[in-house]
Amino acid sequence: MTAVTAGLAAQLVLALLSSVLTFSVPARARSRVSGISCALISTAGAATGALALAGGRGSLTIPLALPVDPLTLSPDRLGGLFMLVASAVGILVSVYGISYAHGPSASRTSWAALAFFLVGMQLVPAAADAMSFLLMWEVMALASTALLLADHAHGRQVSSATVWYSAMSQLSFLLLLGGFTVLSAAAESTSFSAMRAVSSQSPTASIVFVILILGFGSKAGLVPLHVWLPRAHPEAPSHISAAMSAAMVKMGVYGALLVCIRLLPDGPAWWGVLLLILGGISAMYGILQAAVASDVKKLLAYSTTENVGLIFLGLGASMLLRSYDATAAADVAIIAALFLVVSHAAFKAPLFLGAGSILHATGERNLDRLGGLGRRMPWTGAAFGIASLGAAALPITSGFVAEWMLLQGLIHGARVDGELVSLPVSIAMPLAVAVIALTAGLALLTFVKAYGIAFLARPRSPAAASAHEVPALMRIAPLIGAVAILALGLLPGPVAVALASAIGPEAVMNVRTIGLAGVGLPSIGALLDPVGLLIAAALVAIPVLTIIVVTSKRHPQRVAKLVWGGGGERNNPRMQYTATSYAEPLLRVFDDVLQPSRDVQVTHVDESRYLVQRIKVEQRVSDRVETGLYRPVLSFADRIGVLARRLQNGSIHRYLGYSFAALLVVLVAVSL
Amino acid sequence: MNWSALIIAVIQVVFFVLLAPLLIGVMRQVRAKLEGRVGAGIWQPWRDLRKLLVKDPVRAEDSSWLQRAAPVTLLVSSLLLCVLFPLVGAMTVTLIPGDLFVVVSVLLIGVVALALVGLDSGTAFGGMGSSRHMMVAALVEPTLLLAVYALSIPTNSSTLAIIVETRLETPAVILSPVSMLAMVALIIAIMAETGRLPVDNPSTHLEVTMLHEAMLLESSGRDLAWLELGSSLKLAALLGLVANLLVPWGIATTSSALAVIIGLVAIAVKVLLLGGLLAAGEVFLAKVRLFRVPELVAGSFALSFLAVTASYLIA
Repeated sequence: MTAVTAGLAAQLVLALLSSVLTFSVPARARSRVSGISCALISTAGAATGALALAGGRGSLTIPLALPVDPLTLSPDRLGGLFMLVASAVGILVSVYGISYAHGPSASRTSWAALAFFLVGMQLVPAAADAMSFLLMWEVMALASTALLLADHAHGRQVSSATVWYSAMSQLSFLLLLGGFTVLSAAAESTSFSAMRAVSSQSPTASIVFVILILGFGSKAGLVPLHVWLPRAHPEAPSHISAAMSAAMVKMGVYGALLVCIRLLPDGPAWWGVLLLILGGISAMYGILQAAVASDVKKLLAYSTTENVGLIFLGLGASMLLRSYDATAAADVAIIAALFLVVSHAAFKAPLFLGAGSILHATGERNLDRLGGLGRRMPWTGAAFGIASLGAAALPITSGFVAEWMLLQGLIHGARVDGELVSLPVSIAMPLAVAVIALTAGLALLTFVKAYGIAFLARPRSPAAASAHEVPALMRIAPLIGAVAILALGLLPGPVAVALASAIGPEAVMNVRTIGLAGVGLPSIGALLDPVGLLIAAALVAIPVLTIIVVTSKRHPQRVAKLVWGGGGERNNPRMQYTATSYAEPLLRVFDDVLQPSRDVQVTHVDESRYLVQRIKVEQRVSDRVETGLYRPVLSFADRIGVLARRLQNGSIHRYLGYSFAALLVVLVAVSL
Repeated sequence: MNWSALIIAVIQVVFFVLLAPLLIGVMRQVRAKLEGRVGAGIWQPWRDLRKLLVKDPVRAEDSSWLQRAAPVTLLVSSLLLCVLFPLVGAMTVTLIPGDLFVVVSVLLIGVVALALVGLDSGTAFGGMGSSRHMMVAALVEPTLLLAVYALSIPTNSSTLAIIVETRLETPAVILSPVSMLAMVALIIAIMAETGRLPVDNPSTHLEVTMLHEAMLLESSGRDLAWLELGSSLKLAALLGLVANLLVPWGIATTSSALAVIIGLVAIAVKVLLLGGLLAAGEVFLAKVRLFRVPELVAGSFALSFLAVTASYLIA
């Protein structure tokens, strides 16, 4: 029995133990006991994942009474990576949950569901056959539905979000079931190793590819299957949103990687193009919606769609380049996609946890009513700020390294040794670069807005003015995430090498650690050393800081209530720019895409219609994919439902008639 | 570690700190003369800086630490640009090569710092400036990165020093249509990024149309000095980059004293000349409406996209 096997078994045993404990301890100790045991599950997962990523082997086989292959859990390096990412998020979420969970989200059901959610998520990437993969997938999906439903008593929004979420996740499950069924029929086995024998050039492979990508894309939140994200993420308790967004969504990415580079590697070029287009559209649509969102958790949910879009864009570009034999650039692109996965987990967890802390301190999710929290909640502000820098992909964070690698892969992809690779590639690559650039630019605006409006300036509501810093555990968890963002961003070399090893031995040739811990891409001649950049910045900052220290002795700062008031009084905090007004220019520029609806009601003074007494403006940006694609389907289903109601009019005679007709049909069918 | 590159980087930074306020002075003076005004003289920005540094900074009661830190961040990002760009000499410090993507993101750090200053002031004006500034920055980014992409194709590297050296060795690259398209796109992007006409009017105060100045309104004393110096350094460094991409001659490729002196004189002449031209051009331009800026940016995006695809299809 190897260490990996022990780790896998430990996770299962701990999950069972944890749920037993949750139901047996008294209510006041419940959050502490369950939180710690959930953190232990994730610690076991992190250790197992790290071992598997380092090349450790081991498998856990559970024989079934059914005439199929036994359930086998045996993570490879790639699986180990995703297990590690999910578990790291799991630890933060459990620790944060100890303090954060209250009321219905601290119930026995919720804590037990969290244990199963975590273990399901951690074991999905360990699955070595379709049966255990689907089993773990469904454990993850059901447990997360239960967690989402925790707050259902508090609003119709929650139940509606749960319905959308469970519909989308069951749709995803059905697609996966269908896809794996076709694939295992072709391979005559449910084990992944046998499925590799299926040729990826065959038509069956293409059918399987499309079905599975739709299934995984739904979990990952790709447009147009993203509709559950902006509903479920805001309504779930914040630590659950963090786990969903930073870890669960990654399982969709893992599934896509499993299909594209493990089960059906080297597929036709159009697979890459399909993923490239899906990813590009998701990235742009997601960030546009995030940029105009005022609900901080909705903003973060759409930003998840954006990041997943970028990951799929990297994966698609890599597959496209590989199909034209531009292997070096292809490897760089896929390593960049994995770096994006890790980086997104690192910054999205603290962002959602930070949003939870804001919610805890003010009871508000609406950015338009926040402000001035930076001084009231310095620790949360610091973590949220660093995570925002990561999401905006600025140096020295992990997001920057990931996007830099992706861009380097793309610009070196169209030509190999001075020869043009192919015409489609030379058009696809600049377009992909433009999509990434626009996405990065809008992400910058989005996160300046999110941080600036919530944490800077003056409070826009009494709730924000009376905010207070959150308990210690809720400060620590996001801060750990923030440290991880900076660590990944400053020391990307070893991380990139580890990520490359998860792809395969050839990929490791294309990435190297340079300098202290910078990342070098020898095959395309690019290198980046964030520590060097930081040192250079520190060196040029020294004279400036010296001048500040010298002059501030003689010229200390003065604090004025009214700085440049011009004889007036400090304006009302409500006159500051809000999140809505911040995004307004953008909303106008992208009017055609977003199509906001605006309702203006002007009330005039009785005496004169030239004088205005009150103006009421209401603006709504709805998700066009939802209104255009889902509403028609839903209303069609509704109409069918209404029609079907006529079948049942309550008359016993009619029901007897139905049974008789059914019997006749069966008899006729049998006799034929 | 190549020490000569390090020394040249230090020289560049010091020289540009001296040059940047002078550049602004020259640009304002050119503009004043063309408009028939006397002007304040080319040393006025220097005098302003000296004045601001000896004043007590006044900060609003509810402003946060960012009011102090962000101006320094903007200045440091501009100073880093001077380290990374091949301005006086085309050599790279081994560990931090002037990779164009890194350069763009360093530029963006300054953009974000300024936007946060605007938001932190807690006034409607600052927020307005910040919001518009970020919108322009977001829309310009595709042009900027695609222009970078186009410039990187002939050399197969996005390292600035290599790009400039290639242009020095084979001047045909500079005049190729692909390079010209990319340069035009880059120049439009830089004008938008540095808040020049026709995107923003650097000489307006208290107008609803302004972007850059609106964010600085609440800053004073040394905070304002850093913001002003940082912005002018950014302009000087970007003009220096454009100058060296268009006319790379004169840049030092060895670290001999003579080469460095020639490099210094050359870059000073190039930057001041380009700045004078820019100021003269601005006399004939009016600021476009904010919501027509996207059209301008879309035009420059089309140019840079053409530049990239053309360089694959023609070459």
